[in-house]
Amino acid sequence: MVGSIAALGAGLAVLGVGLGIGRIGGSAMDGIARQPEASGKIQTAMIIAAALIEGAGLFGIVVALLGL
Amino acid sequence: MDLVTPDFGLIFWTLVTFLLLVFLLSKFAWKPILKMVNDREASIEDALKAAERARDEMKSLQADNEAVLKEAREERERILKEAREMKNKIVSDAKDIAIAEGEKAIASAKAAIAAEKASAIAELKNQAAVLSIEIAEKVLGKELSAENKQAEMISKMIDEVKFN
Amino acid sequence: MFKSLVRYTAAIALLFASFQLNAQDKDAHTATVDQSTTAEDHQVVSEDHNQTTESVESQKIHTSKEDSELNITELIMHHISDSHEWHFFDIDGQPYSLALPVIVYTKNGFSAFSSSVFHHNDNGEVVYTASNGDRFIKVHDIIYIASEKKNHEAWAEHGEDHKVTNAKPTIDISLTKNVVNLFLGVVVMLALFMGISRKYENGVPRGRASFIEPLVVFVRDDIALQNIGKKNYMRFTPYLLTLFFFIWINNILGLFPGGANLTGNIAFTMSLAALTLIIVNVNAKKEYWIHIFWMPGVPVWVRLMLAPIELVGVLTKPFALMIRLFANMTAGHIVILSLLSLTFIFKSLAIAPAAVALTLFIYIIKVLVAFLQAYIFALLTALFIGQAVEEHDHH
Repeated sequence: MVGSIAALGAGLAVLGVGLGIGRIGGSAMDGIARQPEASGKIQTAMIIAAALIEGAGLFGIVVALLGL
Repeated sequence: MDLVTPDFGLIFWTLVTFLLLVFLLSKFAWKPILKMVNDREASIEDALKAAERARDEMKSLQADNEAVLKEAREERERILKEAREMKNKIVSDAKDIAIAEGEKAIASAKAAIAAEKASAIAELKNQAAVLSIEIAEKVLGKELSAENKQAEMISKMIDEVKFN
Repeated sequence: MFKSLVRYTAAIALLFASFQLNAQDKDAHTATVDQSTTAEDHQVVSEDHNQTTESVESQKIHTSKEDSELNITELIMHHISDSHEWHFFDIDGQPYSLALPVIVYTKNGFSAFSSSVFHHNDNGEVVYTASNGDRFIKVHDIIYIASEKKNHEAWAEHGEDHKVTNAKPTIDISLTKNVVNLFLGVVVMLALFMGISRKYENGVPRGRASFIEPLVVFVRDDIALQNIGKKNYMRFTPYLLTLFFFIWINNILGLFPGGANLTGNIAFTMSLAALTLIIVNVNAKKEYWIHIFWMPGVPVWVRLMLAPIELVGVLTKPFALMIRLFANMTAGHIVILSLLSLTFIFKSLAIAPAAVALTLFIYIIKVLVAFLQAYIFALLTALFIGQAVEEHDHH
């Protein structure tokens, strides 16, 4: 039973992270469409922001894994 | 839980092999590759710079050429102009001289003509006088018997002569 | 250089072979096979370097695989965790695998022996007595020191949650499946990159150099130069290059059938993240520490609040690096194995084409992820280094 609750936690963590990274990706696409010449900088900034959010989500997953 | 528990053996081997790899590859792989890439980039940059310089040189050479050409053209223009001016001057001078000469010639001719004319007139006068004396002698021989007729005739003749 | 590499590989292979032979020797003399009923069923078949042992317990496992769902979870967990033997396939319930050397240290000294001494037993039922008197058992691919007396068929003691409570050797640096895959990755890297300068003709790359050079330039320009800055980037480029290719090549090797989940192992990612942590903090300039402990441009109480947060940030950044690579690679392996297992879960051949198609799709994504994760790990390492060595002029 502990395992299934942990899986629920992991799912919830992924939900938030997915939303966050999705928004970053969408905004980055917007930015690139508006300013194609700045796509390199936008991509780097996007990856960094996505990595930070992913990091927060990964903590959730680790906590879930600890309960496994 | 087991999944997120790091195993000492793998940490040990990972660190050992990775650090060894960093050392070996830095020395024998990355250094030569990066050097090659840098050298090539430097040589490309040099080549580009040299091309730029050559182009600049070419440009300046062209400019020089242009300047020389322009100068030559100006020189030619100037010489031509001078020549034209000289020609005009010579022609006009020649004209002036010719006119002056002509005038002189005309003047002298006129003078000569006048002199000739004068001498001719003088000669004519002399001849006329001689002729008139002869005529007069002849006439006198016949008609000077009448005194008044003689005088009349002489004055008439003198008048006629004066007209000339 | 390449020839010598081949020689080294051959030497390592020989070493393995000697371990095998040595183990077989000891097998006959010292290994205590404590299964009186099944002892006569044991026969050690040496095939090339692979030792195939037909054992009753492995058949037992096979016949007991009635509850398929549970066993698939077990199978997947077994596939993504480390092992003391490199298992390739089973034929008629007989496992074909490469037994790998075990190197352990206890207070009695080092012991090195092949894992074949345990006869594929993974429950602690087979005890191996080393030459220095140490007695070892293997439970769930972990080496423990055997208990004094037998306890329900096994020489192990179990706690409340069925976890083994036996003592572990002080140091266990066995050449496990992951370690052997690590060595394989190193061999591949050395074969790829060593002597690369001879592949240049008048500065023009030929052969493998023309493939590697663009990647090297990519790492140098897009990862190192862009994030660290013109002044310092050349100092860190060799490290970042090694890091990038090390993760990428090991990711790819992990995707090969039979490959280990090395880059999805927390120990592996922890080592690399720890190196990042060390490099970042050793090279950090004064500015970096000022920004952590006494953030300029904000009120004092904010500074006091920010200091602990920033201090935690120093650790969380490499921690996230560690977890990211681990979670991405492990999740990928789990997804691939789960999709492949669909056939066996539904027990129908009709599901196989769909399962294979889905697996292929995920496989292609995983090839992309293998590159992406290597790129992100190297990029973030470069970014952290860049933040640490940055020097502002306006302060």
